Amino acid sequence: MRAVPDERGRFGDFGGKFVPETLMLPLEEIERELTKALADERFMNEYLQVLREYSGRPTALTFAKNLTETFNGAKIYFKREDLNHTGAHKINNAIGQALLAKRMGKKKIIAETGAGQHGVAAATVAARFGMECIVFMGEEDVKRQELNVFRMKLLGAEVVSVASGNKTLKDATNEAIRYWVQHCDDHYYMIGSVVGPHPYPLMVREFQKIIGEEAKRQFLEREGKLPDVVVACVGGGSNAIGMFYPFLEDDVVLVGVEAAGKGIDTSYHAATITKGTKGVIHGSLTYLLQDEHGQIVEPYSISAGLDYPGVGPEHAYLASTGRVQYESITDDEALAALQLTAQAEGIIPAIESAHALAKAFQIAKEQPKEAAVLVCLSGRGDKDVQTVMNYLQGGERVEVTNC
Amino acid sequence: MLKLPTANKTMFIPFIVAGDPHPSVTVELALALQNAGASILELGVPYSDPLADGPIIQRAAQRALKHDMTLKKAIELVPLMRKRGVQIPIIIFTYYNPVLQLGEEYFFALAQKNNVDGVLIPDLPFEESGHIRQLSAQSGLSFISLVAPTSKKRIEKIASQAQGFLYCVSSLGVTGIRDKLPNELYEFLEEVKTHSSVPVVVGFGISRSEQVQALKEHCDGIVIGSALVQKIEQLADCLLQEKTRKDALIQFQQYAQSLVEPLKRE
Repeated sequence: MRAVPDERGRFGDFGGKFVPETLMLPLEEIERELTKALADERFMNEYLQVLREYSGRPTALTFAKNLTETFNGAKIYFKREDLNHTGAHKINNAIGQALLAKRMGKKKIIAETGAGQHGVAAATVAARFGMECIVFMGEEDVKRQELNVFRMKLLGAEVVSVASGNKTLKDATNEAIRYWVQHCDDHYYMIGSVVGPHPYPLMVREFQKIIGEEAKRQFLEREGKLPDVVVACVGGGSNAIGMFYPFLEDDVVLVGVEAAGKGIDTSYHAATITKGTKGVIHGSLTYLLQDEHGQIVEPYSISAGLDYPGVGPEHAYLASTGRVQYESITDDEALAALQLTAQAEGIIPAIESAHALAKAFQIAKEQPKEAAVLVCLSGRGDKDVQTVMNYLQGGERVEVTNC
Repeated sequence: MLKLPTANKTMFIPFIVAGDPHPSVTVELALALQNAGASILELGVPYSDPLADGPIIQRAAQRALKHDMTLKKAIELVPLMRKRGVQIPIIIFTYYNPVLQLGEEYFFALAQKNNVDGVLIPDLPFEESGHIRQLSAQSGLSFISLVAPTSKKRIEKIASQAQGFLYCVSSLGVTGIRDKLPNELYEFLEEVKTHSSVPVVVGFGISRSEQVQALKEHCDGIVIGSALVQKIEQLADCLLQEKTRKDALIQFQQYAQSLVEPLKRE
């Protein structure tokens, strides 16, 4: 394991544990057990076995032949996290944490969710491992993602609609943490991204780095070299860390893509690293969208999964060292990339993943044909078809000029 | 540094949110609480994402934020309270992020200049508070530490650095009104007392005079927040209108007095 995070859970200046005293002991317990588990061959073997036999890993590496021809530049490859059980990379982490919870003797799982992907993943593993599951979801998201709410209930989870604040992911996370404070003696909090207090950013990275490890191996087999550029979308940033981490020491350009919403010069975006400032959210010191008085500002993105005012502390660190470039893509650009990918390759990506695709297409176009761009296609778009339909019927179909 | 009352009685430590229902009313509420027998005032700074607070204080924060209350403005209410006759020590209760944005050094300079007596930051646990405790001591403010039922082995470490008083969180959970406090609370308080060289106070969930009665022999002070903030919410309209304000303040004071009635009978 690398030097970050240090024993205080700091990635450089970022990370840490900014939580009420009540949670310090539960966090220490998780940290202790996680350290043991990660070093325990039996635990890691079981994790890999569940990924293989239950989630269907390894996920494919797909050469996007038609899109490569369209842009007439670098080769474009997709790491197909959309082919996972439940349709996104979220399940990798949920499986790892469920096994950890089981190891700790916890039978009740708490989770937060925005679009519902992590909620579904948590409800899924809870069902599989015989645990109770309670999912906190903002009232607005409950309305927007009716189908995922039903999926979670079908899987046996209880969904709590959160009416505080702006009723979205940030508030669902607040409420999940408050519930955990009250029930930390017998509940395990399964966080869905590389956010939150130490050791969560470390733990979620460890359970997501399989994405990059597999992709690196597959790409080497297929091309005999490493890709030149690796691209992934960043909300909290778990698929991106999972994808980037195994490439950090390599001579590969890494690009994280944030949601520019209606534009980063408007107040409707979720471009936390691009536009945010240092502060504390959900127990972690990182970049966040806030006003000058330190009140957290509500973000905006058409993609519920990127609609988060903070970002994982390791991303803040990687941005500060310059190792990873962080850029942003608007709603319109992402939706154009989504349609293009659907029509050219027969793959409907999640709107989150479409942000990474849009940036990858921009990059591929500028690169020579010998170069290769690898994109993390973090999830499938089935959950988004209603949103896409509304967007298109709203007459806002944009030209594909940016791609 | 916090000057605590010397009289040997259990302290009443009320909590209110600065700017709820309006900044000018906050000053009057502070005076009413002093009149009701408060020993120390906890002045809460409204925050968009208060992780340690239940719905009552969350709503109060939202009301206060509508009046553009900030950490700086809350600190600047303190001299207005002094002018109005509030003499008891005042502690600023704020989440960490507003302090970070104001600048830690500037925050303490401002607090010192405005005669704030102490600061409590609920999301800054022992391990993260080293620098702040140092700044606090340099500025002559007491940094109030919390211990929780889950603190166990941590109690000794936290107590050894405690300034002013040590705040015991009564039970697992966020702030709010609880019908019942856990049976283990008394044991917890006794344990904390064996480690603490400063007064031991208890808060979170305490909202009825029977609870105050039951606890008064087991601690040096009792914090009451949500119950008072809920009363302010009920009286908000009357507190906001000049015609009815005086009566509402009297009602508020009487309510506070009724909650801590058992403390008078010592």
